[in-house]
Amino acid sequence: MSDDASADGTAPQAHTVRLELVDEPGELLRALEPIADNGGNLLSVFHERGSLTPRGHIPVEVDLECPPDRFDAIVTGLRDEGVNVIQAGAERYGEEVTVLLVGPLVETDLSETLSQIEDGADAAVEDLSLSAPDGATEEASARLRLAAEMGRTSDVLAVVNEVAAEKDLHVVEPLAELEGSA
Amino acid sequence: MKLAVLGAGAVGRSVAELAGEYGHEVVALADSSSSVVNDSGIDVSDALAHKDDEGRVGPEDPETALDADYDALVEATPTTLGDAEPGFSHVRTALERDRHAVLANKGPVAERYADLRELERASDGAVRFEATVGGAIPVLSTIDDYGPETITAARGVLNGTANFILSRMAAEGLDYEHVLAEAQDLGVAEADPAFDVNGTDAALKCVILANVLGDREYTLDDAEVEGIADLPGTALDLAAEDGRTVRLIGEATPAGVRVGPRLVPENGTLAVSGTRNIVQLETEHAGRLNISGRGAGGPETATAVLADVNRLRD
Repeated sequence: MSDDASADGTAPQAHTVRLELVDEPGELLRALEPIADNGGNLLSVFHERGSLTPRGHIPVEVDLECPPDRFDAIVTGLRDEGVNVIQAGAERYGEEVTVLLVGPLVETDLSETLSQIEDGADAAVEDLSLSAPDGATEEASARLRLAAEMGRTSDVLAVVNEVAAEKDLHVVEPLAELEGSA
Repeated sequence: MKLAVLGAGAVGRSVAELAGEYGHEVVALADSSSSVVNDSGIDVSDALAHKDDEGRVGPEDPETALDADYDALVEATPTTLGDAEPGFSHVRTALERDRHAVLANKGPVAERYADLRELERASDGAVRFEATVGGAIPVLSTIDDYGPETITAARGVLNGTANFILSRMAAEGLDYEHVLAEAQDLGVAEADPAFDVNGTDAALKCVILANVLGDREYTLDDAEVEGIADLPGTALDLAAEDGRTVRLIGEATPAGVRVGPRLVPENGTLAVSGTRNIVQLETEHAGRLNISGRGAGGPETATAVLADVNRLRD
């Protein structure tokens, strides 16, 4: 995972491509070649053998990483090879992180706080819940779900803490390493 | 073994009361102003009755207990920070006399770990302190058995008072002040709850864990500590809407010692409720180990002290 992903738009981003393959030998290999040929880096391939699409083909989900300007070339490359691309989306953000913010949220311009977090951390606010039972001038709580690029949640949390400190807000961070593990 | 018990609070009393059941004999018991010493064994219930009636356990000065003919000294005086006195000196006296020292007092282990280990090296006696982390939960002996070098991190809920307050806030939708008052009425929180709710107590335990696990010495000053007093009930409500809750989590990892309120899955392992504690050890070869139980209380903590005494006997 690249650590130098910056805001200049050249850092590799994660994408998910859904393909439909005919059940014939060599089809998968043929489908993956245009990805590498056009500057993409394969992250994972989920080959759903056994389940068929309505057209009788095998669905394959491919996660790949490439610079933003290479993605269109990859999709075109696949289609040129006769691979049926049923969905191609720039999945810019591969991870989510949820935090609580507590303090004078409304008074300190919540909307600006969110913009600062989005800009500073290169993250997107996916969901916001605010609870301010005592009115706009009193202490409030907010739950934020932020989408971050793969492997960058700790950077996002650092920015959230920075922005919060400026506005005298408390941050309750998730214990991230525990999520989803037994 | 012959025990000298220093401290006649909840833990010291329980150690003295339960020692006989574990096959040990109490030859000295001291509180902050007095002591009772008898080389052939003191009458524990008599001394504690005396304490209840007169405010002192016996006729002697507290220092006299340090000179008693004991095999192991049990240090159960209140935890102090900084130079960790007078607990540290009590332990020093025991080790210099080549006697064992068993601590329930966190101060010397958290604030002067290197000094403590140095005294132990120069002594024929050993130092044990299972009771300082997680009360009755066998955390340190587990680390000892597995080998500290095979444990990569420790984290958990290490303060029952803070956990009680957070779980009540989440369950009842009440605010901190309200639940704290309730906890004080129930005797779960002390009149001055600062040590528990500002994270200091949990941080001391994590510092001890870090000292045991790591190869450098930590003190409370090295810990990043945040308490729970600023957390409104609404924050817990928002967490609950998302299947999460907030717990005061302490961590001892290679990155250092950190204590603060954290979001955890509502039905996750670390979201213990009430005064329960839990410690989670990250092991190199055996995945994650969770140990949970009662983290405070007289008989509970005394159980850990007496388990240490038994280990010294073996």
